[in-house]
Amino acid sequence: MGSSGKSASKGSSKTASQVLILSLMQVWAWVFLACLVLIFIVAVPIISGSSVSFLSVRNSQNILVAITPVLLLGLGQTFVIISGGIDLSVGWVMSFASVISALALRAAYDSGLPLWIAVLAGLITAIIGCGAIGLFNGVIIAKLKVPPFIVTLGTSFIVRGMALLMSENTTVIGLPSGVRDYGNESLMYYIRGEGGGMYFFTKPEVTVDLLRKMDRIITYPVLMTALVVAIAIYVLRRTKFGRYTYAIGGNQVAATRAGVPVESHIIKLYVLASVTAGIAGFLSMLRFTAGSAVIGDPLLLSSIAAVIIGGVSLFGGSGSIVGTVIGALIIAVLTTGLVMLNVPSFWQFIVVGAVVILAVLIDQTRDIIKAKIGTG
Amino acid sequence: MEKPPILSIRNLTKKFGGLVAVDNVDLDIYPGEVLALLGDNGAGKSTLIKCVSGVHSHNSGSITFQGEEVRFSSPIDARNRGIETIYQDLALANNLDVASNVFLGREKEKKYLGGLVRSLDDEFMRDCSAEALKSLHVELPSLRSPIETLSGGQRQAVAIARAVYWDAGLMIMDEPTNNLGVPEQKKVLELINTLRERGVPVILISHNLPDVFAVADRLAVMHRGRKVTEKKISETNSEEVVQYMVGALDDTRETEMAG
Repeated sequence: MGSSGKSASKGSSKTASQVLILSLMQVWAWVFLACLVLIFIVAVPIISGSSVSFLSVRNSQNILVAITPVLLLGLGQTFVIISGGIDLSVGWVMSFASVISALALRAAYDSGLPLWIAVLAGLITAIIGCGAIGLFNGVIIAKLKVPPFIVTLGTSFIVRGMALLMSENTTVIGLPSGVRDYGNESLMYYIRGEGGGMYFFTKPEVTVDLLRKMDRIITYPVLMTALVVAIAIYVLRRTKFGRYTYAIGGNQVAATRAGVPVESHIIKLYVLASVTAGIAGFLSMLRFTAGSAVIGDPLLLSSIAAVIIGGVSLFGGSGSIVGTVIGALIIAVLTTGLVMLNVPSFWQFIVVGAVVILAVLIDQTRDIIKAKIGTG
Repeated sequence: MEKPPILSIRNLTKKFGGLVAVDNVDLDIYPGEVLALLGDNGAGKSTLIKCVSGVHSHNSGSITFQGEEVRFSSPIDARNRGIETIYQDLALANNLDVASNVFLGREKEKKYLGGLVRSLDDEFMRDCSAEALKSLHVELPSLRSPIETLSGGQRQAVAIARAVYWDAGLMIMDEPTNNLGVPEQKKVLELINTLRERGVPVILISHNLPDVFAVADRLAVMHRGRKVTEKKISETNSEEVVQYMVGALDDTRETEMAG
């Protein structure tokens, strides 16, 4: 107990160990992620018996590419859940976006427009189409007061039907081949071994042999996701929009009485969730050079898991974007790591499920301890 | 009471279907006074207050605030005109910090790129909140932690600080000492005294007669939608007030009989 102990108010009964436990529980997700990475770094070469490194350029980039859609779905979801709602439709909305952006892109390109305009047309179609779905969700939830769980459950079926109808229950193909570059090329390239090195902004012209050793660092979809994440962090932490989101999740009646435009804000939140899902669908369409009506649905629960592992309370009022990023990383690291350890893939589900429950248990215990110390 | 009243209610009536919740009520409140509004459950005091704070729209009669006849379309409308209501359940977002609550719905923003990019000016809002609290002689452990970590009385102080910061012309407090411990109740009463010193009139709705006699200048009692009496605190006592509250005494009946 130094001078800092004296200056603390005497009413507080916090001891050093309690403070330590609390702060550890506050950042447990970071610690957990770091531990996972360390474990895999050590275990992967030993168990696989090769010189494969978990933190290799290739593997880390694969993880980033893999979390892109989960993260985008989780971003909008983070806002919605902080406000006390939930959006179960984002999975199928992502699929819908993949299909309509592929159709729009193909139509634009076939009509003779340059590729970049066709790609842009695909993005705009995805944003407008998905924004309309979000508007539908938001209006029914905010104006007609139907619980978000039910509205978005219904919407997810409707959008599923629409996506399958528009894709005629098959993959939308026949996109210009240049689309692949938008979805897979990157800011930087790294070629291992002799004659290799780092290349910035332009893809190196190399032999097929060297090409096999080439890794793409920060592909365009990853870059775009990073941009969206940065904007989301800013909006949630530093703007009125973010403040209102927390206020509505904390006490909707108070927010209304304080003059927060609660109804229109809730509508905006569901539009946001649908639009980020739309961007996810658009980026996956670029990555696979095809529109798929079944791409998004399996990611819905992973994205909600990421949000929850990241510490967003399902009761609303608390959470952060950074938490969701960590949550998505934990899921991706776990999944990739287990694959590299040759663990049968079904174990991934079991482990991720256990982590979700563990995450909520830790958060609840922390709140109980906090409350006890607070009133002590 | 030479000054004109801040708020003047005349012949106010509010009906819900066939039920007359507020029946032809007159009431005035003057600058710098604390008026207690009393009555049993269902006496109509909450409905009356809700007409003033913009929750309900009255059927007939008039409300004059600061010399102008008003009819508020919403609580926000009333608040923008300077009538702040502090509700029993406080109307604060417990997950936000003090400054966020003081400025909720009226945030101060910094603008960049000609207003294209905006961010919250948290520093400004924190400074102003600290000042408002200081002017009320309230000290809080932290302005940065969510207010769920504060006690009930401290939260009440935050709600009052919000009203003071936004320069309320009239404060309506609905059972402000409910659910508070005794020392906290005392603090809230002190806050009401501070408000009076600052010239802010307060309408205090309370069941708690000792509170009323501790801080109010005048009291009005309602019974079954009607105002049955209005007295200076110095001219009455608890026993008499209770008689009015249960309907055993009724000034309006006496005048009827006299007339």
